[in-house]
Amino acid sequence: MLEIKNLHVKLEEEDKQILKGVNLTVEAGKVHAIMGPNGSGKSTLSYVLSGRDGYEVTEGEAELDGMDLLEAEPEERAAAGLFLAFQYPVEIPGVGNMTFLRTALNAQRKARGEEEISAGDFLKLVREKAKSLKIDADMLKRAVNVGFSGGEKKRNEILQMALLEPKMCILDETDSGLDVDAMRLVAEGVNALRDEKRSFLVITHYQRLLDHIKPDVVHIMADGRIIETGGPELALEVEKNGYAELLAKHGISEVMA
Amino acid sequence: MSAVEKMTPAEARLARVTLPEGFGPQRRAALERLTAMGLPGRRDEYWRWTNPTDFIAPEPVAAAPFKDDEPELFGEIDRLKVVFRDGVFDAEASDDLSMSGVEILRLAEAGDVNWASALYGTLEANGQKPVVRPFAALNTASATDGVLIRVTGKAEKPVSLIYTHESETSDPILHHLVKLEEGAEITVLENGPAGARFNKLMEVDVAKGARFHHIRVQGRDHERRAVTGIFARVADEALFKSFTLTSNGVLTRNECVIDIVGDDANAHVAGAALGDGKSGAFHHDDTIFITHDAERCESRQVFKKVLKNGAQGVFQGKILVKPGAQKTDGYQISQSLLLDEDSQFLAKPELEIYADDVQCSHGSTTGAIDETALFYLRSRGVPVEEATALLVLSFVADAIEEIEEERFRDAILTRLEGWLSRHRG
Ligand SMILES: Nc1ncnc2c1ncn2[C@@H]1O[C@H](COP(=O)(O)OP(=O)(O)O)[C@@H](O)[C@H]1O
Ligand SMILES: [Mg+2]
Repeated sequence: MLEIKNLHVKLEEEDKQILKGVNLTVEAGKVHAIMGPNGSGKSTLSYVLSGRDGYEVTEGEAELDGMDLLEAEPEERAAAGLFLAFQYPVEIPGVGNMTFLRTALNAQRKARGEEEISAGDFLKLVREKAKSLKIDADMLKRAVNVGFSGGEKKRNEILQMALLEPKMCILDETDSGLDVDAMRLVAEGVNALRDEKRSFLVITHYQRLLDHIKPDVVHIMADGRIIETGGPELALEVEKNGYAELLAKHGISEVMA
Repeated sequence: MSAVEKMTPAEARLARVTLPEGFGPQRRAALERLTAMGLPGRRDEYWRWTNPTDFIAPEPVAAAPFKDDEPELFGEIDRLKVVFRDGVFDAEASDDLSMSGVEILRLAEAGDVNWASALYGTLEANGQKPVVRPFAALNTASATDGVLIRVTGKAEKPVSLIYTHESETSDPILHHLVKLEEGAEITVLENGPAGARFNKLMEVDVAKGARFHHIRVQGRDHERRAVTGIFARVADEALFKSFTLTSNGVLTRNECVIDIVGDDANAHVAGAALGDGKSGAFHHDDTIFITHDAERCESRQVFKKVLKNGAQGVFQGKILVKPGAQKTDGYQISQSLLLDEDSQFLAKPELEIYADDVQCSHGSTTGAIDETALFYLRSRGVPVEEATALLVLSFVADAIEEIEEERFRDAILTRLEGWLSRHRG
């Protein structure tokens, strides 16, 4: 599904190398988790994969089902089935959430040569998906993410994911800032989308999300690289011992991480 | 050399002013005002950023009429239509000028109607201080037609003024009066380019507890020029609301002068201007002056400009709070969204406050498209041009929100979307 080879990324404006050779393969139907200290490059990886400006790939490649991701426009990547749930969802005043959701869904349908969804069918679809995420009519009516609480913003990300039905979902710290109930809702939303064709890359700082979304594989990222890969037990180990030991083993100082 | 050739354009223009019949004393007084103040030059403080030359020239610059291919604006709204072709009233195309609660007359045929004689030129003359507005005085002196609307109750439907542009050299001057009696309410719609060069004035007198709504769309003609003025007086507990959408036009200067004279009144002026220098020059100027001369009144100025390919926007907005105008709530925001580096926005926000218990704020910003929001939309599969269009709508939303009724907001949004779809990339 997703294949990242030796990915090196620096900031466009600054001489600062952030990713220093990331290798990662996510197979269809699998859930991979990436954990790592703040500043290790997790968000950068998710942005580079989804096509945000400001980064320069100096080496390496990334493919989604054989499609070269790095050359494509962000909207082309989305149409090909890539989705990023943002760590900090963006507020767009003056644009209704419903308008936003319908525009996104229809844009992707169009890009795939499908027909636009009718207003009636769309309404039905949104209501159904929103209900299970406990997103009420008011949140759908309001401007995109404006005046949403942290938890509402994250649930709105999952709603978008549920509507767009991507095949590769990247979740960047979707658990941060959530209380236990909100986290359970989000995790249920994600679990409802799990199937043998859809893959997930769950970026998190804490292991607690992984109690709800059970990963198949866990990676530890530090200083722009994946330094350790294992099963769910790796997340538990980090939870118990922190990152210090792992970092030391790989000769990375905490400051660099 | 003849005497005419030695005149400056401004002198030649003044020499050509003729006073049509009706409202004789008011017109003569306006001409005296105009002669005393003279036509503006670039050195005048409020004309530094907008070149008045084309408004002064004795003849208008020729402007090709433009075929608007969009569905008729406000076409689905039940309204009373008053049509002017190049500034000439078109009885055929207009509706019967009668509706309950409203008296509608043509300026050219009004003769000496008492209420109109008392109002014609009065608010314009008041609004000449402290800043002169020569094109408004010129209008009062020489306007050839217009509508005089007196509202005594709640108007059963909006009055819709439609201005078409057919001759390349038309130079219409129209003057409207709107007088709302106590507790009355009306919506006045205006749309269309009106001519190659259009000078239009509207005097609006809003009595106690009355409500005035104004929604205007200036024509899509790329080559047209327009200088317009709204002069309003707002009494106790009254509401004045005006919104203008401008897309295209070589040169537009919209002035709005509002005197809030009664306690607990509200006055809101808003505008959205969209300019693309690629389809002809675009220069748009909003010059606003709101005077608070009563207690507990609220005023809002919300102006948004979207500029690309060398388009220019100007905002000059003032809030004057007179002594004793306590508990005034004055708000002013002017913002521009520059879609490239060739476009320019100039803003001059002014506050002058002579009362101590007031709350006034003003802000002005210039910015580009928010890259983070753009990426967010694109990451959801929305192509870059469509995403940009959505962000433009997001940017102008606050101004559109100033329109009270949803049906008018929708009509404006449709026009905005139309412009955006024609001006992509
Ligand atoms: N646009 C940027 N400008 C400056 N520094 C950046 C930018 N993006 C990332 N960085 C830096 O790159 C490093 C990795 O950041 P990030 O990818 O956000 O890490 P994480 O998500 O793992 O916390 C940090 O040192 C961060 O400050
Ligand atoms: Mg991060």
